[in-house]
Amino acid sequence: MILPNLILVLLVGGALAWWSERFDSSWPRLVALLVVLADLSYLLSSLTTVPLENFALVPVAADPASWLMSYQLNWIPRFGIRFELAMDGLSLVLIVLTLVLGAIAIVSSWTEDNQRQGFFQANILWTLAGVVGVFLAMDLFLFFLFWEVMLVPMYLLIAIWGHEGKAHASMKFFIFTQFSGLLMLVAIVVLAILQQQASGIWSFSYFDLLNTSMDSTVAGWLMLGFFIAFVVKLPGFPFHTWLPDAHTQAPTAGSVILAGILLKTGAYGLIRFTVPLFPEAALEFAPIAMMLGVAGIIYGAVLAFGQSDFKRLVAYSSVSHMGFVLLGVFAWNALALQGAVMQMVAHGFSTAALFMIAGALQQRMHTRDMNQMGGLWQQMPRMGAVALFFVLASLGMPGLGNFVAEFLVLLGLFQVNPWMTVVAALGLITAAIYSLIMMQRAFYGKPDDSRRLTDFGSLEMTAMAVMIIALVWLGMYPQPVLDLVQPVIDSLAVEVPLVAERGVSVGAVQ
Amino acid sequence: MMAAASQALLAPLVLSVASLALMMQIAFRRHSYTSWVITCLTLVLSMVALVPMSKLVPLQVTPLLISDQYSLFFSLLILFATLITALLAKDYLQHRAGENEEFYLLLLLSSLGGLILVSATHLASFLLGLELLGVALYALIAYPERGHLPLEAAIKYLILSGAASGILLFGFALIYAALGTLSFVGIGQQLTQLELAADRQLLVLIGTSMVFTGIGFKLSLVPFHMWTPDVYHGAPSPVTGFLSTVSKGAIFAALMRLFIDAQLYHYQGLMIALSVIAIASMLAGNLLALQQSNLKRLLAYSSIAHLGYLIIALVVYGALRQPQMAVEAAGFYITAYIVTSLAAFALLSMLSSDVRDSVLGNDAEVDDIDHIRGLFWRQPILALMLTIAMLSLAGIPLTIGFIGKFYLFAVGIKGSLWWLLAALVIGSGIGIYYYLRVVFAMSMKPQDSDQVLVVPAKLTLAAKLVICILIFTMLYLGVLPQPLMEYLGTVTV
Repeated sequence: MILPNLILVLLVGGALAWWSERFDSSWPRLVALLVVLADLSYLLSSLTTVPLENFALVPVAADPASWLMSYQLNWIPRFGIRFELAMDGLSLVLIVLTLVLGAIAIVSSWTEDNQRQGFFQANILWTLAGVVGVFLAMDLFLFFLFWEVMLVPMYLLIAIWGHEGKAHASMKFFIFTQFSGLLMLVAIVVLAILQQQASGIWSFSYFDLLNTSMDSTVAGWLMLGFFIAFVVKLPGFPFHTWLPDAHTQAPTAGSVILAGILLKTGAYGLIRFTVPLFPEAALEFAPIAMMLGVAGIIYGAVLAFGQSDFKRLVAYSSVSHMGFVLLGVFAWNALALQGAVMQMVAHGFSTAALFMIAGALQQRMHTRDMNQMGGLWQQMPRMGAVALFFVLASLGMPGLGNFVAEFLVLLGLFQVNPWMTVVAALGLITAAIYSLIMMQRAFYGKPDDSRRLTDFGSLEMTAMAVMIIALVWLGMYPQPVLDLVQPVIDSLAVEVPLVAERGVSVGAVQ
Repeated sequence: MMAAASQALLAPLVLSVASLALMMQIAFRRHSYTSWVITCLTLVLSMVALVPMSKLVPLQVTPLLISDQYSLFFSLLILFATLITALLAKDYLQHRAGENEEFYLLLLLSSLGGLILVSATHLASFLLGLELLGVALYALIAYPERGHLPLEAAIKYLILSGAASGILLFGFALIYAALGTLSFVGIGQQLTQLELAADRQLLVLIGTSMVFTGIGFKLSLVPFHMWTPDVYHGAPSPVTGFLSTVSKGAIFAALMRLFIDAQLYHYQGLMIALSVIAIASMLAGNLLALQQSNLKRLLAYSSIAHLGYLIIALVVYGALRQPQMAVEAAGFYITAYIVTSLAAFALLSMLSSDVRDSVLGNDAEVDDIDHIRGLFWRQPILALMLTIAMLSLAGIPLTIGFIGKFYLFAVGIKGSLWWLLAALVIGSGIGIYYYLRVVFAMSMKPQDSDQVLVVPAKLTLAAKLVICILIFTMLYLGVLPQPLMEYLGTVTV
């Protein structure tokens, strides 16, 4: 019951936060923060009941005991649909990330003067509930349900509390993800029907569908259905165009959740579903996918360089960083996959922090235009220092999480495709260029003395400190995360043999 | 035999008797509240009457009608939708000029036509039901005596619908000339005999095409859809809801029975024509809805698209190894469509029910997208209902519309109808835009410059009841569809 409770707490908490607005408009954010923290401590405390050696077990489809936790309930027997949740190391890492960033997102909205706080916080909590559901669902119908349902509160966040271009941005966001989602739905149903024709029993369970036999053209099409849905969300080139709009227009908390968590659902889907369900088709497609990844890295970086809007710049840098995830997944060996997961976590923190800074700037200066900034370090030294830290993290400074991630991806990729590695490595240089330019334009230079700006307060600094500690920890001692994810990669390797394994184990890298 | 027959037709009989009683009441003493109570009681009673009817199924009563699970299920839907319409009509008519009693009489007659349609097994009863439903509808559309929009809509519907009925009737005649029978099953038996002469074949082909043209008009499928936006726009909101749900649902149910009993799915040409019509409806309906700023016109085009989706269940019937699943899918989709459309029109009719002091004028209709701007902040419960309805029409999970669409995907994929599925995906993708536009308009912050609307400060008891029923149904069947799925598994033609 632990897993459904995780989702339920967030759902009910959302309603509670909304309701608490009756008493005072400052209550909803407090309730929301407490709910997320309660959920997180509930998860961590219930993890202590899991025997320690289970964390090293390779999760096997047939044996629920080899997963950290699982839960099952019949839901729609007519189509063999079950309410099936399960958690392994990968989901655990991502759920912890979700809840931590969720709490940070709520903190980031603390001082914003948002009207209708209650409904605002409720939507944040419901989005988190949907994301946690996505990371847990092991029934493809259920997965699709969470996938779609998390869009609605996110859409409302952008549409109601967004900035000047919210109508266009929220619509674009919704249509992109929903349309690609429909393609995935078709692919899911085709897959289930193929399985039903083979075995005579309806089932949407991931474990039943894993070994569905089909001919390679069908597999290719179905793989594309899943691939497009996930790459739109990732977002990968050329499906990224919704992202800069949505990010720029969303309220700060929305941007934090969107960049920190929602994008990761796409990457998660690629690792969990696209490759394992269609191994041959995916590996055949891998060169194209990797090409898209490399294109995303370079293209995102070039566009980021050209922006004068602070938020847009960070948004395009996300496109660039997510290219590494795409590369890591489709290089499909242990190193690159570890790198991809690491990138998901590290990018979550570094980008969430940058968006929070962008939001803080917009709230203080009522603009996101970097031409009107400059010299902010002198006026807000604490914010400047924090910004510098996250800019360095995001450009891949050794010693911080993002470096470990990108390095692992490149190392793994090198065994598969050296030339692509060379091009992708350029991304590290371009990242330095646009990140430092951003720093320079916004924080260095001569300040405009006519403005009065308040620096980060203690609450904001606490949130920032959490993310700084996380990134330093990931950079200095990533082994715990790698250890958590390793069994998952081993289990994937059972389904789909890893490409180009040359006996380099992750342990040897350290 | 007599007793069994009357028990098997209990619901239509209750409706007929009640219509007479209502007529008497109006003749002796006009009192709209009494008429309303009689109508609601009758509808509830007819729904209860379905219980004893279900004990006897299936039972053929005269060659004209049959009482089986299929007819019972659709009867329930029709009665449900009529009841909701009646509940809405009271508030809507209350502050409007004119006598309101006949409105309820027409409503009862029209739904009686619907009940006959869904139990028809013979072209004669098919036509009877169709005309009873249609003729009462003409009057319902034109019911508000002031204002030229309803009148224009009614005349448009009358003339075009009359022409369509004529074509339909001519088609029946040609089929009869070729096959010598008017019963659905009889037609099926004749058609499967291969030694039909060539000239007769041709007659049947032309006849069937004409029948489908006529029905295509009533269901507002492209290219017979031209009347839809104008009639939707002109008719009073409760009636538009009724037209969109009862009329289309009943006619589709009858069409499906004709299609299956007469084994028309063996006709390759007809299947291709139907596929083309379906694809055209999905695409044209959704594309034309994009530009609408009037909600009723928007819903009109959206209903064209939804009927297009529904045709998939028809086309797929012959291609399935277990064709029962097509009936199941159609049943679920119609349920979803009816409940969701009712919710949308219920909102419009509630907003229009008291506009006496607004800038719009006394008998105005609240039906523009600007009218619902900021509704979220003024009437959250109404906005919530419309939001769920829009998400359901768009096919977002946790709503009934998603399960309906899922069914269509499932049967479409089983029957390998890839072109229709592609149109379904593209159509749904386009649809999101205009459904979300409505949600977005409601979520905007109200501005002073907006037209000030008099939203009923206090919703009446009937309105609250309707809201609760509709929201509950849309969500319950979206989250726990299994009971309805199981029931639909037993509903066979």
